[in-house]
Amino acid sequence: MSGMRILIIEDDRDAAAYLVKAFREVGHVADHAADGVTGYDLAREGGYDVAIVDRMLPKMDGLSLIGALRAQNVDTPTLILSALGQVDDRVKGLRAGGDDYLAKPYAFSELLARVDALARRRPKGASEETAYRIADLELDRLSHKVTRGGVEIVLQPREFRLLEYLMQHAGKVVTRTMLLENVWDYHFDPQTNVIDVHVSRLRAKIDKDFDPPLLHTVRGAGYMLRDGAR
Amino acid sequence: MALGKLFRTTAFKLSLAFLAVSALGAGMVLSVVAFEITALVDDETKQTIAAEADGLAEQYAQGGIRRLGFIIERRTHEPGSSLYLLTNFAGETLAGNIERLPPGVLDKPGFTETPYETTDDSATDRRALARIFVLPGGFRLLVGHDMRDRSRIGAVMVKALAISLVGLAVLGALGGLFVARRVLRRIDAMSSASRAIMAGDLTERLPVSGSGDELDRLAENLNDMLKRIGELMAGLREVSDNIAHDLRTPLTRLRNHAEAALRLEGDKQDYRAALERTIEESDGLIRIFNALLMIARAEAGADRSALTDFDIGEAASAVVELYEPAADDAGALLTAQIEPGIIARGNRELLSQSIANLIDNALKYGAPEPVLALAPPTAPGDYIRPTAPPRVEVDVIVRRGGDNVEIIIADHGPGIDAADRSRVLDRFVRLEGARTRPGSGLGLSLAAAVAHLHRGEVRLEDNAPGLRVVISLPARPAVLAEPGVQEASTPSAAAAL
Repeated sequence: MSGMRILIIEDDRDAAAYLVKAFREVGHVADHAADGVTGYDLAREGGYDVAIVDRMLPKMDGLSLIGALRAQNVDTPTLILSALGQVDDRVKGLRAGGDDYLAKPYAFSELLARVDALARRRPKGASEETAYRIADLELDRLSHKVTRGGVEIVLQPREFRLLEYLMQHAGKVVTRTMLLENVWDYHFDPQTNVIDVHVSRLRAKIDKDFDPPLLHTVRGAGYMLRDGAR
Repeated sequence: MALGKLFRTTAFKLSLAFLAVSALGAGMVLSVVAFEITALVDDETKQTIAAEADGLAEQYAQGGIRRLGFIIERRTHEPGSSLYLLTNFAGETLAGNIERLPPGVLDKPGFTETPYETTDDSATDRRALARIFVLPGGFRLLVGHDMRDRSRIGAVMVKALAISLVGLAVLGALGGLFVARRVLRRIDAMSSASRAIMAGDLTERLPVSGSGDELDRLAENLNDMLKRIGELMAGLREVSDNIAHDLRTPLTRLRNHAEAALRLEGDKQDYRAALERTIEESDGLIRIFNALLMIARAEAGADRSALTDFDIGEAASAVVELYEPAADDAGALLTAQIEPGIIARGNRELLSQSIANLIDNALKYGAPEPVLALAPPTAPGDYIRPTAPPRVEVDVIVRRGGDNVEIIIADHGPGIDAADRSRVLDRFVRLEGARTRPGSGLGLSLAAAVAHLHRGEVRLEDNAPGLRVVISLPARPAVLAEPGVQEASTPSAAAAL
């Protein structure tokens, strides 16, 4: 999804300028607020697809800002950026109303993928789909059945969840860290290529005997499930 | 030592309070004594009066009122005589040495206390203890004794009380000052020592007098505390030395790559490659930072919000499942033997990460040495056999061991010499041979810190051949390690990194 409006609330002007420029380069519109109060005012006026909020801000800290926005029924998806990357910091951030949490330092590709994933999110309370379909690949969440071109594919439970997550974010880059967090619920760095191996096993099951390939590797970023024909 | 300061000391105030209490006590003792002595004197006087009255009654029986008057006249002229007064029905004095009495005294028979004036001296303010008798014909007889003795005793008592109070006050004040000075001197010594310690000299200790009193006990406890702080500081210094040493290496590498790229006269592609290497290096540094922070927080007992009851076996098999395909791809065999239903309270994320690190280590370093080794003959005819299977085999075992849960990650690689085993639990220690391979050297330290957080331990054992890392945890630790780093202090520390 391009042409998103992104609000960056970050007191480090260098970092903010870098983000604004980087988001513009990939076709988004980014505004910057240097302190919590300005950021709150801008966010409340609305119209943003995603807000990126630094946790430690002058005048109003990031978590209070998100809490205040949620109290005003502003449900703009927010991603918290923080130097505090431990699990309990993350839990606090999400509890305060944040939708995602990314520890500094981060790779821009990681931030971009997460912002994309957030902006696509359905409004809260909307019922989730019970089945996904990309090209001729189908996943039924109720019967836990996966078929491609009508042929049933047998997946391990974890492979099923992996595919489910990829299909939820079809057409978007999904990073290894996002997979580790959402499919395995781990927040540490496994140091080796464990995720890649899982993805390549899944790919062997859903792509090997079929055409066109759907599960693509995005170099330097992660993976994307997409209908190659489009 | 300023006097004002002395007066403000607790010791001095206590002395004053005790002084007041003992003065009160002395006053009470003297009052009781005075009262008892007075009662005794009164009693004696009454007995004397009774004896004299008996004598006079005898005379009266023999010679009537006339003889009584005569006897009284005679007795009053003897030196040191008692007091007598005989009056007729009109109240006129017939005989006796009492000049004047307050009106109405003679109306009531029995003992009475009354002021009086004598005939032979004009001194006023005299009091007497007397007994009044009513005789037939309206005659009245008074026999009494002066009470000078009794009031003299009272005066002596008051004087004694005054003297002893002054003595007590002086002694108490001096004693209080002495005790206060003594205590104050020791407390001053302690506070100057603690100021020196606060100024940075952690080797300084509070003075202990050796008397074993409460101040000594306080000083000893504070000294123990200082010793503990000193140990922690030393540990911290060692850690920061290690951090400085082991982070400088990759930082230097990072800087060198950047410099080399600056000097590079290549095309765009070369610059790209150089930048990518730089990012790779910095990612490695970030990984080390994260691991260090994680260890620090685990050691400090933080992350308490993430404590839950969970199935350890289930957590371990989830990690095994995460690594299994990667191990398989690398030609290794990763197997799990999990005893079901072992529940523990702890931090699932940290334990999972520890297990992941240990599996990662085992897969990296657990390759069997490609030689045939001499095995100790365990049975006749048992000479030479291959001690190692041909590929990396890593076993993950979760089982109960007594009161503990044991999570075992075992390989069949070269293992670790017994001498090196405790050393490798320290941060950044990487044994020879491991230096050439990637890794931060923090996996075992993290496992040890996490085990410590759960009140457990990490043991390194011989897997004959190979290494067995045993994370041993209490089955259901009721409480986790003592709270450490305050929440407020972590953001700055993290931000500083």
